[in-house]
Amino acid sequence: MSLIARIKRFLGLEAEAKREEPEKEKSEPVGASKEEVEKVAEENAKPRIGYIHLSGCTGDAMSLTENYDILAELLTNMVDIVYGQTLVDLWEMPEMDLALVEGSVCLQDEHSLHELKELREKAKLVCAFGSCAATGCFTRYSRGGQQAQPSHESFVPIADLIDVDLAIPGCPPSPEIIAKAVVALINNDMEYLQPMLDLAGYTEACGCDLQTKVVNQGLCTGCGTCAMACQTRALDMTNGRPELNSDRCIKCGICYVQCPRSWWPEEQIKKELGL
Amino acid sequence: MVLGTYKEIVSARSTDREIQKLAQDGGIVTGLLAYALDEGIIEGAVVAGPGKEFWKPEPMVAMTSDELKAAAGTKYTFSPNVLMLKKAVRQYGIEKLGTVAIPCQTMGIRKAQTYPFGVRFVADKIKLLVGIYCMENFPYTSLQTFICEKLGLNMELVEKMDIGKGKFWVYTQDDVYTLPLKETHGYEQAGCKICKDYVAELADVSTGSVGSPDGWSTVITRTDSGDSIFKQAVEVGIFETKPIEEVKPGLGLLEKLSAQKKEKAEKNIAARKEMGLPTPY
Repeated sequence: MSLIARIKRFLGLEAEAKREEPEKEKSEPVGASKEEVEKVAEENAKPRIGYIHLSGCTGDAMSLTENYDILAELLTNMVDIVYGQTLVDLWEMPEMDLALVEGSVCLQDEHSLHELKELREKAKLVCAFGSCAATGCFTRYSRGGQQAQPSHESFVPIADLIDVDLAIPGCPPSPEIIAKAVVALINNDMEYLQPMLDLAGYTEACGCDLQTKVVNQGLCTGCGTCAMACQTRALDMTNGRPELNSDRCIKCGICYVQCPRSWWPEEQIKKELGL
Repeated sequence: MVLGTYKEIVSARSTDREIQKLAQDGGIVTGLLAYALDEGIIEGAVVAGPGKEFWKPEPMVAMTSDELKAAAGTKYTFSPNVLMLKKAVRQYGIEKLGTVAIPCQTMGIRKAQTYPFGVRFVADKIKLLVGIYCMENFPYTSLQTFICEKLGLNMELVEKMDIGKGKFWVYTQDDVYTLPLKETHGYEQAGCKICKDYVAELADVSTGSVGSPDGWSTVITRTDSGDSIFKQAVEVGIFETKPIEEVKPGLGLLEKLSAQKKEKAEKNIAARKEMGLPTPY
């Protein structure tokens, strides 16, 4: 079954009529107190998702929209997008279950710092969405000296300033991983999300991680997954080992994240393959 | 579960005479990918094609049976096939892709399918993953050491290499040469030492020589799609099969070698942990 078909099945897109009826029954449980009903309603509520755009390029949000045939269902029936400059006409930041943060933070931009602190207070979960937020990525090369704000020179991943719960790296993250993460969140599938929780701590990324954390550690087998994953063709394989063209590397971290010798999700893989 | 999860294990070989002649063993990889191409199950396959130097493979995208045949035969050094999957999808425009992979490559591909962080619209295009058994792999310079230094041969004279029955075999047009396997120890790549997968446990279909007689392969079908593609191919006469119970040396040897590889890897993983070195498991 294709990935999209599997996601559709998760979302119940292929059994919509059946899905709606039992929900009505559930809404009036016999003999339940008003408080209990409210609690059930709250637990089953659609996750409230906010999208916060810091020093990013909107590519990560674009990637979300590339889930063409599941996007409408996802946005209208599965989640509530409650905040986000490109998506919602709202100035006051509301309470959110999940805040997707795109872009790194400029330390010289007070507004960005303020917005980041506020969202940490308003959101239950904060996700570094895309490599700029997760690892700094391309903005790691910023050094100021440009008009109209020559002093704007320091950009850091959001985890340098606030506690981050999970990260979805990628420049941009693929549409599929965004869809799978959102679906896992709706299903409260923490096992699937676990690697993303762990990746929240991976903020100092670079193509040279393959050398220091894989080859130097005696772990590389020359499979070539890193070079496939690289989004700027900064990696090639020479004599069975990754060779980095550091002039092309944007420090997104994808090569090391995708390497089968960095972390290994055996149970999840077997589950998806039916093995 | 020493051979992973599977549906069926048989001994098989290609019925195509030309493939029989070119193939390392039973011609299962070449035959199955060629069948999938002919049937439109895949539009192309990433395979380990010939490179610029003798016996140093390079990943290539095969779009015809002839190109598949050019890649037949085992090369005992690295061919980073996974790297080519994205190129096959993006630059060749292939929507349905097949590939051959050793266990670690299978792991890279399956992880990228389950957690496709940076591989936009590549993961779901992989329709057939044929895995091959792998005990260990060698850097190209190790191969040169065996063939040029230890056996005194020139790489370009070699027609076939094989590992089996405790020896490293080298065939030229006129002669057969062997090295005891203990002469190859210490020349394997380091990363193989913690590998617990001998029989490509996450492939759609896995195949290799161990368990079956010369000229035949032991085939393990695993996923629903792998099982059905292989069975269709048998049904239309692409492969002939024998029950694995009726061939020598049979499943016992395969299970023994797989268990040994796992045991050795576990030991090495434990030793690494004791030294404070990272492992992915």
